Amino acid sequence: MSLIEMQNVDVRLGGHQALSHVDLAINKGEIVTIVGPNGSGKTTLLRTLIGALKPSRGTVKRSKGVRIGYVPQSLSIDATLPLTVRRFLCLPHRHSTQAMDDALHHAGANGLQDRQMTDLSGGQFQRVLLARALLKKPDLLVLDEPTTGLDQPGSAALYRQIEQVRQDLGSAILMVSHELHVVMSASDRVICLNGHVCCHGAPETVASAPEYRALFGTGTQGALALYRHDHDHHHHSHAEESHEHGACNHA
Amino acid sequence: MLDDFLIRAMLAGLGVAVAAAPLGCFVVWRRMAYFGDATAHAAILGVALSLALSTSVFAGALAVALAMALTVSTLSGRGYAMDTLLGVLAHSALAFGLVAVSFLQGIRLDLDAYLFGDILAVSRTDLAVIWVGVALILALTIWRWSPLLTATLNPDLAYASGIDPKREQLVLTLGLAIVVAVAIKVVGALLIVALLIIPAASARPLARTPESMAVAAAVIGAVSSLAGLRLSFLFDTPSGPTIVCVSAVIFTSTNLVARVLRATA
Repeated sequence: MSLIEMQNVDVRLGGHQALSHVDLAINKGEIVTIVGPNGSGKTTLLRTLIGALKPSRGTVKRSKGVRIGYVPQSLSIDATLPLTVRRFLCLPHRHSTQAMDDALHHAGANGLQDRQMTDLSGGQFQRVLLARALLKKPDLLVLDEPTTGLDQPGSAALYRQIEQVRQDLGSAILMVSHELHVVMSASDRVICLNGHVCCHGAPETVASAPEYRALFGTGTQGALALYRHDHDHHHHSHAEESHEHGACNHA
Repeated sequence: MLDDFLIRAMLAGLGVAVAAAPLGCFVVWRRMAYFGDATAHAAILGVALSLALSTSVFAGALAVALAMALTVSTLSGRGYAMDTLLGVLAHSALAFGLVAVSFLQGIRLDLDAYLFGDILAVSRTDLAVIWVGVALILALTIWRWSPLLTATLNPDLAYASGIDPKREQLVLTLGLAIVVAVAIKVVGALLIVALLIIPAASARPLARTPESMAVAAAVIGAVSSLAGLRLSFLFDTPSGPTIVCVSAVIFTSTNLVARVLRATA
């Protein structure tokens, strides 16, 4: 039985069809990465999984008692809100000091307990968010572009930390990522999204799929093209094998 | 003891300060100052309506404040920017309220009391209503504290923890409507938001956690109320504005001191 399963899910956002016919299942202990251009519904998919959005059609099934830890893409804490790391970890439920220390340790954020959230660096902040998600002892950890705003060494370190979490705690991991080297090296499965699931499977399979190439191109395993496509939602101009892009257009 | 109007005034001021403190913190954290203004200004319309229908002013103010708060919550995010929407609603509610009052015979003299408060005229019944309101607000905020705080940080974090941020927003809205209704007699519709925001903002530099900020805001609000009453008695100045003046002085002091401490640290 999968931890969480989406069947034929449609999501509408204010009259706009953000997702259609999405099938997805996450199994115990696997790392699944979602890639796709901006506006392709990656965040919408995650928000539907955690219950922040209701699908307009289809079902989201969670296995009984499944615990989901969520790390949002961005979290801006108003400067007027005084909040220590410790207090933040205790929202909405209190945890023992030991549990908090353990979570911070697993997230690589030792010693930050008494710092103010607004004083943390980008990398420390993301690790504290990760620690908060770990406090639930999640079966599934959902991360939305966890390395937004981090430099390259910083994001590499964070991805190593995430992999460490899977080894230590055995949580399945579902994340959105723009960094293709991570997708290709660390994921068990990749889902390529563009309003619908274009293609999915093992990283090597997806990398050679025509739908994927249409979105991201083929050069350097697609890494360069991925960055170019960040700025270009209409994936028709840069793809080197542009004759194949039709497979992945919005319906 | 309650026969003394000064004692009643002090108790009324204390009650409003204590109730306004935790709500004021949320207003500051969520940047809802203008939202508070809209609710408070709408209360004038409620006062006019209840005077016309000879019902309780408290009930009228509460009903219209609540209606306004719900309208704003519903309309937000549809078309106009929030501050434009609030600017339109707040000032139209105030204007309609003032016009409505002018239709009522013999009320004109009383208008000042509702715009600027008349804390020295608080009756025993008023006092009872105020403290019931205070108890309600405190119970509500203590009960919903953790979910409200989580929803304030980030709606998606709240959803992921099984909290519905829209419901928490509604709780806050209800609390604000009650505080406006009970505070209208104490500081008046025009200065209610000052009582929400200034103590909370004064408490910010003193606090390291949300809870300590709320407690500090309550203490600062209480001190402002008592000191303001005393000063207005000594210098024969209007009570509501004097209370707000005292809290403004405290705001300046705590923030200046914090800045100096940070510079020397």
